[in-house]
Amino acid sequence: MLHLATPKTHLFRTYLFVALMVLFGSIGNVLFSKGMKQMGEVNQWSTTALAALFVKILLSGWIWLGIAGQLGFLVAFLLVLSWADYSFVFPVSAISYAFVALLAHVFLGEQVSLMRWLGVGMISLGVVLVGRTPANTRERSRE
Amino acid sequence: MTNALLVAIVVLASTGGDLAVAHAVRKFGEVKDFSFLGLLRILGRAFRQGWMWVGIALMAVTFYSLLLLLSRQPVSLAIPATSLSYVVGVLGAQVFLGERVSSARWLGVSLVCAGVAVAWMG
Repeated sequence: MLHLATPKTHLFRTYLFVALMVLFGSIGNVLFSKGMKQMGEVNQWSTTALAALFVKILLSGWIWLGIAGQLGFLVAFLLVLSWADYSFVFPVSAISYAFVALLAHVFLGEQVSLMRWLGVGMISLGVVLVGRTPANTRERSRE
Repeated sequence: MTNALLVAIVVLASTGGDLAVAHAVRKFGEVKDFSFLGLLRILGRAFRQGWMWVGIALMAVTFYSLLLLLSRQPVSLAIPATSLSYVVGVLGAQVFLGERVSSARWLGVSLVCAGVAVAWMG
């Protein structure tokens, strides 16, 4: 472990910002999905059809709320990456699958199968494993 | 086929974008000032980095291809389809950002990746 172990306050701050990322990202994704469901399935791939779709997307209130959620995600992501490993933050943020499955189930009425809950369990175990490794393995940004 | 292509684009663009943004942010060290003005200053500095714009461009590609994917598949299916990005992203962090990925971390990442795939099969 040497001197690379992350200080406790850093670890708390890292989890806090990962939680913010997950929260903003999940909300953003569900809002995007809600907005896109109103567009219907995309099966026209001509330039004019895609341009028309793009304009339609930009006129959707749900999409803009989704963009706001993703902006919140980006800020939290930028901050946490300034002190923590990407190879730590990214896998740990996978806990968002649990949230997405839950949000999709509750707000979009999508079925969540036993297999999916099993996958969510594996993801959670993986997140715990990664969470036990030091959050910063690059010496340079150490205090 | 189109779905598979979209997933590949999402995986490569999202991990590439993340790595570019991480690289840009690390040019000026750890953020310690969490006030509103402090955050604006950080954003201002970040956006003066070329890599930040590479990251933003790739995020835009991710955003658009993810929107298309989400219009074709339910969210609890479309999002897990991009599970390979965990392995690709961690490998990228090891190769390009000089992060040391221990075997414990690889095991965890593999579980996350496999878990997402299992969730997708469900």
